[in-house]
Amino acid sequence: MTEPILSIRNLVVEIKTRHAILKAVDCVSYDIAPGEILGVVGESGAGKSMAGNAVIGLLSKPFSVADGEIWLKGRRIDNLSREKMRRLRGKEIGVVFQDPLTSLNPLIRIGDQLVETIMEHLKLSKKEAERRAISALEEVGIPAAAKRVNSYPHEFSGGMRQRVVIALALCAEPSLIIADEPTTALDVSVQAQIIALLKRLCRERGTAVMLITHDMGVVAETANRVAVMYAGRLAEIGPVRDVLTNPKHPYTDGLMGSTPAAAIGLEKLRQIPGSMPRLARLPKGCAFSPRCNRATDKCVQDPPPDLTAGEGYAACWYSLKTECTG
Amino acid sequence: MLAYIIRRVFQSVIVLLVVGLVAFAMFRFVGDPIENMLGQERTQEDVERLRSKLGLDQPFVFQYWKFLKAAVQGDFGVSYRQGRPVAEILIERAPSTLELAAVSGTLAMLFGLGLGVYTAIKRNGWVSNLIMTTSLIGVSLPTFLIGILLIYVFSVELGWLPSYGRGETVTVGSWSTGFLTSSGLKALILPSITLGLYQMTLIMRLVRSEMMEVLRTDYVRFARARGLRESAVNFKHALVNTMVPVTTVIGLQLGSIIAFAIITETVFQWPGVGLLFINAVQFVDIPVMAAYLMLISVLFVGINLVVDLLYFIIDPRLRANGVGAH
Repeated sequence: MTEPILSIRNLVVEIKTRHAILKAVDCVSYDIAPGEILGVVGESGAGKSMAGNAVIGLLSKPFSVADGEIWLKGRRIDNLSREKMRRLRGKEIGVVFQDPLTSLNPLIRIGDQLVETIMEHLKLSKKEAERRAISALEEVGIPAAAKRVNSYPHEFSGGMRQRVVIALALCAEPSLIIADEPTTALDVSVQAQIIALLKRLCRERGTAVMLITHDMGVVAETANRVAVMYAGRLAEIGPVRDVLTNPKHPYTDGLMGSTPAAAIGLEKLRQIPGSMPRLARLPKGCAFSPRCNRATDKCVQDPPPDLTAGEGYAACWYSLKTECTG
Repeated sequence: MLAYIIRRVFQSVIVLLVVGLVAFAMFRFVGDPIENMLGQERTQEDVERLRSKLGLDQPFVFQYWKFLKAAVQGDFGVSYRQGRPVAEILIERAPSTLELAAVSGTLAMLFGLGLGVYTAIKRNGWVSNLIMTTSLIGVSLPTFLIGILLIYVFSVELGWLPSYGRGETVTVGSWSTGFLTSSGLKALILPSITLGLYQMTLIMRLVRSEMMEVLRTDYVRFARARGLRESAVNFKHALVNTMVPVTTVIGLQLGSIIAFAIITETVFQWPGVGLLFINAVQFVDIPVMAAYLMLISVLFVGINLVVDLLYFIIDPRLRANGVGAH
């Protein structure tokens, strides 16, 4: 097995509130191999973005990495100084945020935003950086790139802006892209284009991708593997085909049943009863146990067995596979 | 853009016409000037003669037109008290007010911006908290009290700085300046602090809150995620966006510095336009009051116009004029 680009080990992200210390991410581990796209799915507040922010070192005030390790290409990065971490961002880890309308500085030409990023990370002259900015725009499919570098963000449509954002994330050729809900704010027709673009660029360059989303359709379309998060913990992780067609964790199963595209053929869109517990009131055992229809006393009392990063695992005492065969 | 400028200029002219109407109305409603000009032993004939000589028997609109025509040519009539043309008196007094306003405006802007940016970036430092607390004094203490306090400390107790007047002045052309003598410069210190302190704290608090807002936006987060230096994030990305709303307020504050100079000039017996106005009010010297009113409104409207045009330079979204803008 090749060395993973990103490797997260037992990551814990804490929120310090006045009353207590809560765990927004609790003991999460996963790897991303070169060229691999890992989909990270879960409801809002499940901690999926938090893990991404921890990797790029941009957790802000009440949040902090409390435990665990983050390795990038064999180098531990969670304990780097702020300055070293800053140099890593953009250079080794590119980031694409959710809303392209607000990700670009409205008062600065996109060419200048590209050039400043390129010159920050690569030793190039202004001229060379400008040339590179144009080719970066061409690569993401902006027509008449040489002219458009002088445009301001508001002169682009939403989809085009997300292309610019992707160009910005990729312009220093990072080995890892963290895409945090990259298509959520876009029209459905544009979503597919952006996903295809991201997929193509990463395949061409062998860039690893952490694709954070709540859209099961996007994951099915794009990811090689998928990690399902629930209340800060990993519920299930495995190859995308296995997890989507044959989920082992009852939560994943419920999630699939409540996804329209996946639920075609079912008589009715199923829903998972209740809602995700607040971090301050996590149940003692399995966090999903209050909503799980097969929970037993054991589930209520003891947290499920730890996930070890491997091919496919579900953090459940009675994972569905074993149940189904029985 | 041209259409916009024309529209703004047109609006400005309308505002000035309305102010002119108010100024003109003062002549008619603050007593009958004929009564004031003729003594007790007047005949009805005298009254009629003077009335027609001054054109006061003509229709209101016609008189207003004449007033405007004269005002545009810089003729505001003759001061009742000094018996000299008002324009001449104003030109004589203007340099001292303008110098005072320029110095305190520059101080307010430099310190307001600097401290505002500093307290926004170092949000929770004790220096920031100290500055913020102290700034409450500047916002809440009335100007005259600050002036009197400064006079008490620096003139009466310490004896370092003069308590009133402009010091020695040097006349350059028709402009009498206090910048070229040491006593003139010394005399400027206390009045300009008094006049600028309120504006400074106002600008500072505004810059701080706007900048903190901007620092929370996605594009600042994205700029960080691209690995840009803190200095580039703060001073390039955040500051430019902070300046959009701040420019308007700074512009208007510069106008009100000249208008507020009335109080400061009274406290320090500063021989400027404000003091002239206060004296004119005491003696019901209506031509001087009317001219002052017109002057201040021209100033405000002019500054407003400049600020609106500055918007175009700062914010490209306004320049778009519908091309590609949504």
